[in-house]
Amino acid sequence: MDSSADSGEKIHRFEALVLPHLDSAYNLARWMTRNTSDAEDVAQEAMMRAFRFFDTFRGEDARVWLLTIVRNTYLTWVRRQMPQQNSAEFDERLHSDIESALTPESELLRQATTEQVRHAIENLPAEFREVILMRELEQLSYKEIAAVTRSPLGTVMSRISRGRSMLRQLIAREKRKMEVRQHG
Amino acid sequence: MANHAQRNLLHAYLDDELDLVRSMELEDHLAECGDCANEIASYRALREGVQAADLRQQPSAEFRSNLLRELRRQDQPQPTAVVHRRIPRWSWAAVAALLLLASAALVLDISQRSERRLATEIVADHVRSLMATHLMDVATSDQHTVKPWFTGKLDFSPQVRDLSADGFELAGGRLEYLDGHSAAAIVYQRRKHVINLFTWPTSGADEEPRAMAHQGFNLVEWKQAGMYYCAISDLNRQELTELASLLRK
Repeated sequence: MDSSADSGEKIHRFEALVLPHLDSAYNLARWMTRNTSDAEDVAQEAMMRAFRFFDTFRGEDARVWLLTIVRNTYLTWVRRQMPQQNSAEFDERLHSDIESALTPESELLRQATTEQVRHAIENLPAEFREVILMRELEQLSYKEIAAVTRSPLGTVMSRISRGRSMLRQLIAREKRKMEVRQHG
Repeated sequence: MANHAQRNLLHAYLDDELDLVRSMELEDHLAECGDCANEIASYRALREGVQAADLRQQPSAEFRSNLLRELRRQDQPQPTAVVHRRIPRWSWAAVAALLLLASAALVLDISQRSERRLATEIVADHVRSLMATHLMDVATSDQHTVKPWFTGKLDFSPQVRDLSADGFELAGGRLEYLDGHSAAAIVYQRRKHVINLFTWPTSGADEEPRAMAHQGFNLVEWKQAGMYYCAISDLNRQELTELASLLRK
């Protein structure tokens, strides 16, 4: 078989099936790396990998398949960046007082500024940040998130639940900081 | 505080992930329980806040066009790896193989399926190990520390060799459970790429290293002296195969 015709077909299929999800890939990379230039590196590497391994794509959901590769690329990238550094642990005891004081203040959450929400999301530990993004930004189902993160459904459920609870605390903390500044 | 709805269920309800029966049960509960109703309201507000923040960002046009150019460049035909295609040296062997092929087809299909399952398991484990907290149970570049560490924890004694002279630095080891049995994971690093080498006892004859790709990672597996080995990394295939041949010496 003519191999150049063969490869020409490969890139056309790739452009039709995978490339439309570039935005999703870029956004996951952007929110995981937390900055634009690293996001471009990770997204680019992931796309190249996806292309190289496109033969192993079995016709499942292309977005789920691509996001899995982005996530794997991100994890290897993180390790290369900071070989020994552990991600900051989120200390729930530290934040629990804020949480209990907060519950009824729905208005507060609704009024959070773009800046506050972004900042709070960037401060979520990675394993919670990724599920929150897949859910809120990509609107993936729990089943799809389980596929991307290769974890059981129960883990996805509890990560979403804990992730949102942390997010709520973080936003409340930001708001409170602002209030203190305004009144002080 | 008794009888509050489970947190996970509240979120699953919010995400339309509950089946009809359970979501009706939860709605009954919400009608009676002010605390849980407040929780739901609070999380709805959180979601509105998040959606209003408009988190989606567009990759730049320049990034997009660079990427396309790179993809097209990659698309040029590349030399294929030779590792996993071993052609029988004698033609009679090929004929014999062909004759066997028909009867072996079914067995092959089954073994290929279980092979893919194993590869998936190995990839999952490798990825898990890259998450900051679980790469190594014992972290040292000293092979004389790693090997005894495994003794007593496993019912076999894995070979642990420092190959830093060849550019594969021993980083440590950990215990794993793979394919239904205990396994040793020996961790190497090369230019900050992490390589997991999984090994456990196996039956059957020695097998030459076979390279494959699975879910974006390269894997090389082989059998030697009653042990199964599988090295996995995001490292390129050539270098991973090089590690395999160093280990087989």
